[in-house]
Amino acid sequence: MKTRIVTSLLLATALSLAAGSFAMAQDKTVKIGVLTDNSGLYSDLGGAGSTLAAQMAVEDSGLAAKGWKIDVISADHQNKPDIGTAIARQWVDVEKVDIFMDVLNSGVALAVNNLVKEKNSIMINTGAASSDLTNAQCSPNTIHWVYDTYMLANSTGQALVKADGDTWFFLTADYAFGAALERDTTAVVVKSGGKVLGAVKHPLNSSDFSSFLLQAQASKAKIIGLANAGGDTTNAIKQAAEFGIVASGQKLAGLLLFITDVHALGLNVAQGLNFTETFYWDLNDGTRAFSKRFSDRAKNKAEPSMVQAGVYSGLVHYFKALEAMGGNPHDGAKVIAKMKEMPTDDPLFGKGSIRADGRKIHPAYLFEVKKPSESKGPWDYYKLIGTTPGEQAFRPLSESACPLVKK
Amino acid sequence: MQALYAQLLVGLINGSFYALLSLGLAVIFGMLNIINFAHGALYMMGAFCAYFLLNVAGIGYWPALIIAPIAVGIFGMILERTMLQWLSGLDHLYGLLLTFGIALIVQGVFQNYFGSSGLPYAIPDELKGGMNLGFMFLPVYRGWVVVFSLVVCLLTWYLIERTRLGAYLRAATENPTLVRAFGINVPRMITLTYGLGVGLAALAGVLSAPINQVRPLMGADLIIVVFAVVVIGGMGSIMGSIITGFALGVIEGLTKYFYPEASNTVVFVLMVLVLLVKPSGLTGRAT
Repeated sequence: MKTRIVTSLLLATALSLAAGSFAMAQDKTVKIGVLTDNSGLYSDLGGAGSTLAAQMAVEDSGLAAKGWKIDVISADHQNKPDIGTAIARQWVDVEKVDIFMDVLNSGVALAVNNLVKEKNSIMINTGAASSDLTNAQCSPNTIHWVYDTYMLANSTGQALVKADGDTWFFLTADYAFGAALERDTTAVVVKSGGKVLGAVKHPLNSSDFSSFLLQAQASKAKIIGLANAGGDTTNAIKQAAEFGIVASGQKLAGLLLFITDVHALGLNVAQGLNFTETFYWDLNDGTRAFSKRFSDRAKNKAEPSMVQAGVYSGLVHYFKALEAMGGNPHDGAKVIAKMKEMPTDDPLFGKGSIRADGRKIHPAYLFEVKKPSESKGPWDYYKLIGTTPGEQAFRPLSESACPLVKK
Repeated sequence: MQALYAQLLVGLINGSFYALLSLGLAVIFGMLNIINFAHGALYMMGAFCAYFLLNVAGIGYWPALIIAPIAVGIFGMILERTMLQWLSGLDHLYGLLLTFGIALIVQGVFQNYFGSSGLPYAIPDELKGGMNLGFMFLPVYRGWVVVFSLVVCLLTWYLIERTRLGAYLRAATENPTLVRAFGINVPRMITLTYGLGVGLAALAGVLSAPINQVRPLMGADLIIVVFAVVVIGGMGSIMGSIITGFALGVIEGLTKYFYPEASNTVVFVLMVLVLLVKPSGLTGRAT
C-alpha cells in the first residue's frame, strides 16, 4: 500500500514536471496541418506537393536554429466536407494544430472556415477558389492567399468578352466552387456587355462530358465557359476537341486551369487556351530558383502549381509574423492581425499585402498555352499575354459584404 | 428532338463501356463465383498498358487492342493461380475483400508513380475526325467504340453459350467433380476464364484511353456504376449484363439531358427499384 502511494506520488511529480516543461517549450512550438486531397482528382495540384512546399518553407525559415520546433502533418480530406471538418476538429482538439494550409476544394474550405473561426485557429487557404471566403463568409482567422473566383472571372472573363466572345454557355461543377465561379463570371460577362445563354451543372468527377458538350454546342454560344477544375476540366477540353467543338468556331474558356492540367492534356490539345494564374514557375529568377529546388524533390519532377507555391509563400509570411511576435503562436486571430499589419514579400508572388477581409493581394497573370513548336521541353507551356495589378485583380473593398471591412 | 437523338447516341457510347465491363464481371462471377472488385483496376491497367506500348515501345493503338488484353489477362491469371484459387468454396465476402484489396494496392502504386491528372493518349489517325449525322457531330472514334464493343460482347456470349468449350465451362461450374471425371482440367479452365474476364476489362481500358485521360483512378470511378449494372442485369447472366449495360448508358445519357444533377445517381436509384421488385436482377434466376 505504502509503495503504491509513493509510486503514484512519484508519477504525479514526473507528470507535472513534464507538463511544466511542455508549457514552457510550447511558446515556440508550431504544428502545421496540410489538409488537402491526397488521392483524388485534385491531388496533383495540391496533395503531396503542398506538403513538400510546407516542409521547404520550414527548412528555409531557419526558425529551428532560433529555438522553434515546427512540425508538418498532412491528411486527405477526400474532397468531402464532412471528412474535412472531422479531421480539422481532431487536429485542433487532439493534435493541437495551429495553422491549416492548402485546404483546396471550396466545399471543404467553407466548412473548415467556420470551424477554424470557432476554435480561433488559422487557415491560410491556397487551394480553394470560392471568393465567398473573403466576402460574406470572411473570418478574422482566414487568409485567402492565391486566387479566387472573382479574380479569375475578372481577368479571363473580361479578356474573352473583349476579344468578341460576347455570348457564353457554362459547364459547371455541381458544388460550391462551380456555383461561385459561374456566378462571378456571369457578373463580369454581363457587366462587359456580353450575354449568358445557359448553363449545365455536372456532378463532380465526371469522366464523360459528351452529353454536356452537346448541350453547349446546341446553345450556339461563342464561348463555352468551363466552371470546373482538375480532371473535370481536362476531360471536358479533351472531349470538346473530339466532338469538333473548337473546330466549328466555339471557343473554350478554362476558367480555372493549373499547370498540372496543361501537363496532363499535352500541348497538342491544350494549345491556344487562355486562362489566369498568379504563379508560374518560369516568371522570373525567383520563381525559377524555387521551382528548381521544388521539382528536384517532387514526384515525377513536377513543377509547382500555384496552389503549392502559395503554401510556401503563405508560410514564409506566417513565419515572419511569428518571429516578430517572438513566441506564443496559439492565438489565431492575433497572429492573423499581425500578418495583416506586415507587407508581404517573397520571391514567388513578389511584394503584396493582406487586406482587412483576409484577401492576399498580388498581380494576376493572363497566360496563353504555347503551341508544341514554341515549347522548349516538358513544363515550358505558358506565354504571358497580360498582367492585372493586384489592386485591380480582386474584388474592390467597396463592393465587399465582409463585416470585417469598415466602411 | 434532334438533341434527344444525340443524347441517345451518346448514351449508347457510354453503354458500350458498361457492357464490356459488366460482361467481364458476369463471366467471372458466373464461372468462378467471385465478385471481382479488382475489375476497375484491371481496366485501368489496360489503358496504361496501351500508353506504355505507345510511349515506350512505339507500338500503336491497333496492336495494343490485342497485346494489352493479353498482357493484363496474364496478370489476372497469375492473380487467380496465386491467390484467388484458394478462396473457391468460401463465402463470397472473402473474394470480394481480396479483390478489393488488390484494387487498392494496384491503384495506389499507379497513383504514386503517375499522379492523379493522368496521361494523354491520342486518337489513332485512322479514326480521327467525325461525321455530321444531321442531328449531331459523331466523332468516328466513338462510332468505332460502339460497333467494336458490340461485336466483342456478342462473340463472348456466343463462346460461352453456344460452343463446346462454353458448354464445358458451364458444366464445370455446375459440377466440377463430374466434369473432372471426364478428363477435363477444371482448374486450368477456371484460370483461363478469369483471364478472359480480365482481358475484357483491359480491352475496355484500351478503348477508353483516347477518350478519357489515362488516370490511375479511371477504373475506381467507373466500377461502382458497373456493379450496379451487374446487379440490375442479374449476377452471372451474360446476355443480361450486355443488354443492361447498353440500356443503362442510354438512361444515364437521357438523365444528363433532362436533369443533369442526377446523372451520377440515376443508376443507383434504378438498382434500388429493381432489387425491390426482382431481387435476383432483371434476367437472373432466383437462387
